Amino acid sequence: MIDLQDMMISEGLVGGIFIGIAAAIMLLAAGRIAGISGLFANAVGLVSGSTSRNFAVIFMLSLLAGAWLAQVLTGEVVSRYPDNITLIIGGLLVGFGTRMGSGCTSGHGVCGLSRLSKRSLYATPIFMVAAIITVSIINLIGGIQ
Amino acid sequence: MNKEIIAAIVAGLFFGAGLALSGMADPARVRGFLDIFGGNWDPTLMFVMGGAVVVMAVAWIIQRGMIKTWLGTDFSLPPTTTVDRPLIMGSVIFGIGWGVAGLCPGPALIGLVLEPFKAGIFVISMIAGMLFFKFSRVP
Repeated sequence: MIDLQDMMISEGLVGGIFIGIAAAIMLLAAGRIAGISGLFANAVGLVSGSTSRNFAVIFMLSLLAGAWLAQVLTGEVVSRYPDNITLIIGGLLVGFGTRMGSGCTSGHGVCGLSRLSKRSLYATPIFMVAAIITVSIINLIGGIQ
Repeated sequence: MNKEIIAAIVAGLFFGAGLALSGMADPARVRGFLDIFGGNWDPTLMFVMGGAVVVMAVAWIIQRGMIKTWLGTDFSLPPTTTVDRPLIMGSVIFGIGWGVAGLCPGPALIGLVLEPFKAGIFVISMIAGMLFFKFSRVP
């Protein structure tokens, strides 16, 4: 049974449209893909491409400011985190994988899918399925605290 | 360049606010979305991605008719066609990490504002993972 009380479909849709507007501004005004993993790697000095580090740092700080504003204006934003070991393992894999695969949910999932990029049309279903299988296995063996 | 900075600020604000509003900042909800066989599937995040993709699809249609950006600069877009091993392997590894923790990079970063200690552990590990890739890469 799907718990209708627990869903946030309208919030999800509004949030998604905001993300789409952000990615559209990045494309049409700055001529770039709003890929968070790439911009973050650039901001912390791990990659240097056509995007200046300054641009990437300002984007990252604005990202945090936007989240902070949303929290202040709407009240509590719920975030239930797993234990620290899980966070470390997940973080290592996400960092390594997004660099190797040149993108994450934003770059491949939002910007690439909508562009019908062949690379993203491969990458997105692959990371979705990998994530679904991972969650299923973890829940099967007893879950994460 | 100054005008580009304004674009970075506006896009960043929208992106951060959107992530916070969408429910993606909650790792438990993300894992509920990924748990499609668990009997209590939470479809919220499908609407997040769907909403974003529809808006962005319109942006790509607009972009097709443009030679320069609104700011008069050149487009700087990644390649789309070459599907290679790193793309596939990297996506698998990223997906496993996403499933393990319920966090992808955007929600983890805004977590630095919402839940700084926990998100900080993830983000530091993510940087370590990126560094590991950078220095382990086979040329």
